[in-house]
Amino acid sequence: MLKQAIKKLSFCLLFLLTSPQVFADYSWNFPEPVTPMALDTLHVHNKFMVIVAVIFIVVLAIMIYSLIKHRKSAGHKAVADKAPSTATEIFWTLIPFAILLLIDFVIMGIPAYHSVVMMEDTRNESDMVIKVTGSQWRWQYEYMGNTDKGSQAGLEDAKGIKFVSNLSTPQDQVEGKVAPVNDPEKPYLLDVDNRLVLPVGAKVRILMTSSDVLHNWWVPQFGSSRVAVPGFIRETWVQVDRPGTYRGQCKELCGKGHGYMPVVVDALPKEEYKTWVAAKQAEIAKAAAGSEKEWSKEDLIAEGKAVYEKNCAVCHQVTGAGLPPAFPALTGSKIATSPIFGADGKYLPDSHLDRVLNGIRMMPAWKGNLNDTEIAAVITYERNGLGNNVGDVIQPSQVKAARQ
Amino acid sequence: MSTTTVAHHDEHADHPTGIMRWLTTTNHKDIGTMYLTFSLIMFLVGGSMILGIRAELFQPGLQLMKPDFFNQLIGVHALIMIFAALMPAATGFANWMIPLQIGAPDMALPRLNNWGFWLLPPSAILLTLPFTLALFGIGDGALATGWTFYPPLSIQGGIGVDFAIFAVHLLGISSVLGSINIIVTLFNMRAPGMTLMKMPMFAWGWLITAFLLIATIPVLAGAVTMLLTDRHFGTHFFSAAGGGDPILFQHLFWFFGHPEVYILLLPVWGFIPQILQTFSRKPMYGYKAQVYSFWGIGALSVVVWAHHFFTAGLPVPALLYFMYSTMAISLPLAVLFFCWIKTMWRGSMSFETPMLFTVGWIILFGIGGLTGLVLADVAADAQYHNSYFVVAHFHYTLFAGGIMGIMAGVYYWLPKMTGHMYNEKLGKLHFWLTAISFNLTFIPQFFLGLAGMPRRIPDYALQFAEFNMISSIAAFVLGLSQLIFVYNIISTIKGGKKATDQVWEGAQGLEWTLPSPPPYHSFTEQPVVK
Repeated sequence: MLKQAIKKLSFCLLFLLTSPQVFADYSWNFPEPVTPMALDTLHVHNKFMVIVAVIFIVVLAIMIYSLIKHRKSAGHKAVADKAPSTATEIFWTLIPFAILLLIDFVIMGIPAYHSVVMMEDTRNESDMVIKVTGSQWRWQYEYMGNTDKGSQAGLEDAKGIKFVSNLSTPQDQVEGKVAPVNDPEKPYLLDVDNRLVLPVGAKVRILMTSSDVLHNWWVPQFGSSRVAVPGFIRETWVQVDRPGTYRGQCKELCGKGHGYMPVVVDALPKEEYKTWVAAKQAEIAKAAAGSEKEWSKEDLIAEGKAVYEKNCAVCHQVTGAGLPPAFPALTGSKIATSPIFGADGKYLPDSHLDRVLNGIRMMPAWKGNLNDTEIAAVITYERNGLGNNVGDVIQPSQVKAARQ
Repeated sequence: MSTTTVAHHDEHADHPTGIMRWLTTTNHKDIGTMYLTFSLIMFLVGGSMILGIRAELFQPGLQLMKPDFFNQLIGVHALIMIFAALMPAATGFANWMIPLQIGAPDMALPRLNNWGFWLLPPSAILLTLPFTLALFGIGDGALATGWTFYPPLSIQGGIGVDFAIFAVHLLGISSVLGSINIIVTLFNMRAPGMTLMKMPMFAWGWLITAFLLIATIPVLAGAVTMLLTDRHFGTHFFSAAGGGDPILFQHLFWFFGHPEVYILLLPVWGFIPQILQTFSRKPMYGYKAQVYSFWGIGALSVVVWAHHFFTAGLPVPALLYFMYSTMAISLPLAVLFFCWIKTMWRGSMSFETPMLFTVGWIILFGIGGLTGLVLADVAADAQYHNSYFVVAHFHYTLFAGGIMGIMAGVYYWLPKMTGHMYNEKLGKLHFWLTAISFNLTFIPQFFLGLAGMPRRIPDYALQFAEFNMISSIAAFVLGLSQLIFVYNIISTIKGGKKATDQVWEGAQGLEWTLPSPPPYHSFTEQPVVK
C-alpha cells in the first residue's frame, strides 16, 4: 500500500513540476517565449496544467482514501449504493458534469477563444511579409517586402532577398560516422548555412507553402507552427520582441530527411537589420553579375562541388553512388552523361539540365532554389566529377536562357 | 429467432482436430482464442519494432539504422499495435465473452466469424512483407509515412504504401464483419428477460464500438483507395496540381481516426466496471449513466476529427468549433470516472492482479484524458502538435487506457477461459513492472515535447539526450516485463490450481454460472434473466 501511495504522490509531483508557478525552471516547460503569441501560449498552457493537476489530485485523493479505507483486508463491508431518487440527490450526482462544464467552456474556454483569435490575426498591423517554402529537406525564404505600416515605421525594405537554408551540421556526423560534436555556437542538427533574419519588434506575416510534401515550420520560442501545403498558401505571424538566435525544426514527417531541416532565425535590432539587408542585396547583385560572365571549367567544378555536397549528396551521396532504387546513382548515369542541348541550341527533354531545373517524382525542381550560377556549376561538376568524364561545360548564361 | 436456439450437441465435441479444427472452426470460443493469440503475437511484434526505435534514440547520432528504416518502423509499429494487437484483443474478448454474458449458445453468424478472423493473418503478412522483400532487393521497404498515410508523402512512397493500403482494406473488412456479427448477436440472441438496459456493460461498450466501426471504416477504406488511385491511376484527389487538396485526406483519415480511439477504448470501458464491481463486492454504480455516457461519447467522437490537424490551417470558426466540441467529450468522460470511483467507494475491496491493473488503469488513463483536454486548446496545440507531448499523451490513452485495460481483462477472465488460476505473484510483479516502467518511459516524453522535440525524427539535438536515455531504458524494461505476461498466460493454459466456477468471490453475471472452463457448447439449457 505504501508503495502505491508513493507512486501516486510522485505522479502529482511530476504534474506540479510542469507548472512554473511552482517550479520556475524552463527546462520542464516550454522554452522562454519571445513573441506575444508564445507568451500567451505559455500562460494558457500553465493555467490549463494547473487546472488539470488540481482535478487529478482531488480525484486521486478521493480514490486513495477509498482504496485505503474500503478494503476487505481492513474489514470493510460493502455498502450497497442506491440510485439517486430525490431531486437533491440527482443534483449532487450531476456535480462532476457541472464542474467540467464550467472548466471546459468558461475557465478554459474563454482564454482559449482569445488566444485563437490572436493567433489567426495574421494581417492586421503587420509590418512586413515573408514567404517560407518547405522542400525536401530545406527551407527557402523570400522577402516579399514591407507593408505600408512597415515602411512608415522606417523598416528597411528587404524585398527581393531570397535564399535557401540548409542544415550545416557536417555530413559525417549526420550519417553517424562520427559522434555528434557538442558545439554551442553550431548546435548539432539545429544549425543552418543561411539563417532567416528578422527585425526585432516588427510584426511579420509569414506565408507558407511547400514545393513537394507537407512540412511544418516551427520555432518553439515563437509559439507558432503551421503546415506548409504544396499548392496552397497558409499563413501565420511572428513578432520577435528580443534580439537573439532562435532554433526550431520541421515537425511534419516529410521523408527521410525530416529530422534534418532545422529552422534558425536571427532577430536583429532595426539598425543591424538594415546593415544585413544592405549586405544581402549587394551579394545578390554580385551573383547576378556572376551569371553574366564566362566561367572557367575549374571554377565551375569547384563551385559545383560545394553546391552538390550541400544540396544533392543527401540522396545521391557524396560519391555519386546514390541509394538505389529510390535515389539513382549519378556516376555513369544516362542523364548525367548524355548531351544536354539539341541541334537548335535548346535543352532536350529529360536531359541533365531539364532534370535539375524541373525535377521528376522524388527529384525536386531546383529552378526555384538555386541560381543560374549554382545550377550551371553543379551540372558541370556532376558531368566532370563523381567518376564521370563527359568533358563539356555549361555556362550560367545558358541556364538563364533555359529558364525563359 | 433468438429464443428458439438451443444447442443440440453433446458434451463431447464433434469437431475436427489438429490444424483443421482451427481453420474451419465456427465455435465462438475457438475463434476468440485465435483472436487473442494473434493479438498477443502481434503485440510482441509491434513492441519489438518500437524497441528498435528506442534503441536508436537511446543517444544522439545515428547508430543502428538509416532514417528510411526508422520511418518504416514507426508507421508499421502503430498500424500493428492499433489494428493487429488492440482491436483483435477486444474482438477476441467479444467472441469469448459476449455469448456467455448474454446467455447465447454462440455468435449469430459463426461462419462469418471464422472468415473475419482468417482475414487477419494475411493482412499482418501484407504489412510486414515489404521489410523482407527489401532484403531481396524488391522495393524499398514498408510504409514510411507514419500510420497516417498523409499525402503527398504517401504518393511519393514505394510499394510499402500499396501493401499497407491493401492490409488496411483487409483489416477493415475483418472489423466490419466482426461488428455486424456482434450487433446481430446482441440484438437477437440475448437470453429471455435480458432487455437492452440489462445487458452487461461490456456488451454495451461493444455495441457502440460496432456501430462506430461500421460508420467509419468505409470512410478510411475510401480514403486509402483514393490514395491508391492517385498513386497509380492518374487521379488528383490529393494533389493541388490537379485541383485536389492534400488536407482533404486528413479530414477523411481522421473522420475514421478519431472514432477509432473510442473504438479501441469503449470495449475496455465496458469490462472495467465489471472488474470493479467484482473486486469491490458491490454492484456497479450508475449503470444507466454509463450507458448514456457511451452514447454521448460515441456521438461526439464522429464530430471532432479536425483537432488532429489544427496547425494545417483551418478557418477560425472551424478551429473554435472543433476546440469546443473536443472539450465537450470530457463531460461524459467525467461521468464515467465518477461512476467508476463511486463503484469502489464503500465497497469491500481486494487487490488481485485484475483489480491492480484496473486501479492503475483509472489513474493512467486519467492522465491521458486530462492531457487530451489540454491538447484541445488550439493555441497551445500549436506547440504540442506533432511533438513528443502528443506521443506521450496518446500512449497514456492507448497503452495505459487500451493495452493495460486489456491486460486487466486477460487476468480477470483467464481462469474462466482455461479453468486454471494464473500465478498471482507473477501477475502482481507484471503489473508493478509495467506500471512503473510505463511511466518512466512516457513522463520524460511529456517534457521532451514541451522542450521542443518533434516526433518521428530519427536523431535529435543534444539538449534532448537525457530524457531520451531515461525513456529508452524504461521502454526496454517495459518490453521485457511483458515476457512475464506471456509466460504467465502459457503456464496457466498448461495447468495450475483449478479455478472454481465463480472464480472471484464477488463475480456476478451469466459467464460465472458456467463451469471453468466452459464446455465447448455452452448453455445447453437457455438461462433466463429476471
